[in-house]
Amino acid sequence: MSELNTAMIEKYRSNFLKEVEANVEEGEWVKMCMQCGVCSGSCPLGKHWEHPPQEIFMMIRAGKREAVLSSDSMWMCTSCYNCIARCPRGLPITHIMHGLAVYSKRLGLVPQKQPTAEFSQIFWDNLMKKGRVNELKLGLSMYFKDGFGQGIKNAMANQKLGQNMMKAKRMNAMEFFGGHSVKDLSGFHKMVKKAQEIEEGNIKDFK
Amino acid sequence: MADEKKFAGYVCTGCGLGERLDAGQLETTATRDGKMQSCKQHEMLCSAEGVQMIKDDIANDGVTHVMIAACSRRAKVEAFNFTDVALTRANLREGVIWVRPDTDENSETTQEMADDYIRMACAELKSMKKPTASGEQALNKNILVVGGGVTGMTAAIEASAAGYPVHLVEKSGALGGAVAGYYKVIPTRSPYAEPAENPVPAMVKQIEEDSNITVYLNSTIAKTDGAPGRFEVEIATESGSSQTVSIGAMVQASGWKPYDANNLPEFAYGKTPDVVTNHELEALAVAANGGPIKRPSDGKEVKSVCFIQNAGQCSTKEGHLSYFSGVTDLVSIKQAMYFKELNGSDCDTTILFDNLRTPGAGGEDFYRAGQNAMVTFSKGIASEVVPGDSLSVKFEDKILNEQTEMACDLVVLATGMVANSGPDPYAQLMVDEAEDEETKAKAQAALENAPPSILNLQYRQGTDLPHLKNGFTDSHFICFPYESRRTGIYAAGPLRRPMDMQQARDDATGAALKAIQAAENAALGRAAHPRSGDLSFPSFRKEGCTQCKRCTVECPFGAINEDAEGYPMYNESRCRRCGTCMGACPVRVISFENYSVETVNQQIKNCDMPDEFDEKPRILVLACENDAYPALDQAAQAGVEINPWARVVPVRCLGSVSLSWVTDALNSGYDGIVMMGCRRDDDYQCHFVRGSAMAAERMSKVGDTLDSLNLEPERVQLYEVAITDVERAPKLINDMAETVEKIGMSPFKF
Repeated sequence: MSELNTAMIEKYRSNFLKEVEANVEEGEWVKMCMQCGVCSGSCPLGKHWEHPPQEIFMMIRAGKREAVLSSDSMWMCTSCYNCIARCPRGLPITHIMHGLAVYSKRLGLVPQKQPTAEFSQIFWDNLMKKGRVNELKLGLSMYFKDGFGQGIKNAMANQKLGQNMMKAKRMNAMEFFGGHSVKDLSGFHKMVKKAQEIEEGNIKDFK
Repeated sequence: MADEKKFAGYVCTGCGLGERLDAGQLETTATRDGKMQSCKQHEMLCSAEGVQMIKDDIANDGVTHVMIAACSRRAKVEAFNFTDVALTRANLREGVIWVRPDTDENSETTQEMADDYIRMACAELKSMKKPTASGEQALNKNILVVGGGVTGMTAAIEASAAGYPVHLVEKSGALGGAVAGYYKVIPTRSPYAEPAENPVPAMVKQIEEDSNITVYLNSTIAKTDGAPGRFEVEIATESGSSQTVSIGAMVQASGWKPYDANNLPEFAYGKTPDVVTNHELEALAVAANGGPIKRPSDGKEVKSVCFIQNAGQCSTKEGHLSYFSGVTDLVSIKQAMYFKELNGSDCDTTILFDNLRTPGAGGEDFYRAGQNAMVTFSKGIASEVVPGDSLSVKFEDKILNEQTEMACDLVVLATGMVANSGPDPYAQLMVDEAEDEETKAKAQAALENAPPSILNLQYRQGTDLPHLKNGFTDSHFICFPYESRRTGIYAAGPLRRPMDMQQARDDATGAALKAIQAAENAALGRAAHPRSGDLSFPSFRKEGCTQCKRCTVECPFGAINEDAEGYPMYNESRCRRCGTCMGACPVRVISFENYSVETVNQQIKNCDMPDEFDEKPRILVLACENDAYPALDQAAQAGVEINPWARVVPVRCLGSVSLSWVTDALNSGYDGIVMMGCRRDDDYQCHFVRGSAMAAERMSKVGDTLDSLNLEPERVQLYEVAITDVERAPKLINDMAETVEKIGMSPFKF
């Protein structure tokens, strides 16, 4: 359990709703949920969620901090925006789900081997290298994330697809060697660092 | 010679009547069979020219009785509004040509139908008199308002503003009622964001400054005598003195009582003072005097509070209210916001709800405002409150589907409203008419626990307004929410259904205007709703009366008292002109000038009766003019066919139908009789409340008549017809035609 997590438990004690309001992107909307359940009913992946959005909102109000933050539910969101489009109260549900995922990640509560979380990390690491997403390397990193043998298997299975993409000039094999970057890479890194500092600062202020 | 009668018929040939029917023959029928002294045709009788023709005849030729053969009596009423004559209408458009197909093989029966309707109208007219106002009453503008709460004060202010002197009677020592003790009220104006200032002090001030309103505090109604326009009301004060005031009409606004939470031991009510009802919380909020609300047991500042919605209401449990009081969810939101305001935004406020209902224009906005203020709404059903220093509320979380509990300093029970009605005048009747033991026991208990009288009416039918359901005062809930069964007395506010303050104020305004209308109508001798403006009035032939009391008992409006000898004593301005007394009278001595046993009997007799071998049956349709007759008119407009054997006679209410009409019709050869009234009993739609039910009861005995005539029981049918039954109403008539075809013609054709 991270130091930040311990600090947050200490600070908010019984009031998880307030913690969510303060630390989660769009978290101030959670209290406006009127429990109609339209979001849960509209989610195309709803049946795969451990707790659909309606339940997540109720759990937040009921103070079920551990259960919410260590749940893999919000990682299941594919950002289809069906829930936002349909919510009669206009809650930005998709954004709240991503906000909860980010907060849980920051506190170190993400369940082990959560595929979406893993992909997000790989995507981030890939992006940070050159300031642009290197699709070839991103794909390969995904193939090999579960070990070399599984990686070869994955690669072979999608061989045809890769060849076709190269033929159609959708993917460039040469990107494997370094790949191109944004014009001002150091400027990009500075920008991200500053943004991270601001976010950290926001939370640290509550300590 | 003022008494001389002159009968004139007018046949319209517009709207296709001229093309479909032989107008010349209709004219002949009217003069030869109908014995009209004159009969004229016009190509468009409802035009200014046509109307002028009739007016001229009335003015120049002394015409006293007018028969108009044109469209339905419900059409062109403004054009054919001749107040100085007796008037009848033969319905040739909606009744004949619109319901029959325009083909050669049908033209004969269509013409027969039209001829019959003319004969019937003429025969009816012959036994009609022109109704005239009795002139027995003068205008009495005084309005009495019983109850000085928000509803009563609103009614008083509104009636006074309209220029009518008001007498406002309040039982307690101060005006304001229940709301007077409230900290704040549910907002009634945009943006509906926070509880609003209590309007009671301003209203009390307005009433005190209004010289047109006389307030009687610590007073009750000891006695109410008379009728609209001439009520004599004795107002008694607590100290024993009393005075009598003369009143035109009145508004009863006796309000509501909070539900007795002692019926809720599971929520620890009574076991700990920290469980309070929503009504009691208002007192705590007022006592806080702008500071934080403290809990009653130890005066500790409340840090967490839980509201239990639907406590003892919306429930089938014994001792609970079966209905929902409508406002208690809004009340809890309002009260939760008290805590956010007075005890700080850190005060945890949880509302445990199953179905959150926030009616009214601003309801949803106010709900959002509560959520914005961080009131927690949890969908859960509370099962138990465990008392202690910290109260524990056990509940089932309906979203997370688990049994759980929460701790709090104070529990507020959102309990419902109970009507503060007087005793139900029909409580004894309920006991007498109960069909099974359980109902009887319930009715008996209700009778024994009847509350004290509020109005003390000196009516033969009881001291107060009748109840509808759950002890709420009846007000013709479905069709005419302001009307009561006692003319000139209007129930308003939570007395007639649970409602919030804004609804009560709207209701009170409506009731005040109805009361004014009733006072004005009484002065002119005109009926109140639904036969508004009707001047006809029932009278009885004393020589024939057997003092059987059926008319006095069965009058739905308590219009008839009894004199010392047991003869009926009519009170004109209480009467609604439904004719239920006329239908009740076994010796047929009750009649209106323009509607009597005779007027309908003449219609029945003067319909041409083809003999048995003509294969032309006759079906008599007695249709209530309020719902069934308009339904048939609409069916005609929609082109729905009606069987050519049907002859429709409109009646004021099925309650006015005399059994003798049925007997006479069967005796004179009608093959079938269809009676159409409004929906009766629970959720009744009968405009006269009990008329349809009375008819059903009386006609249940018609089997004996049929038996004695050796006729099949299928020949007489009684149906409940709603105004929307546009397809069904004609079908019921056509069904009867099929039945007659099946069982054969009546043998009583001579």
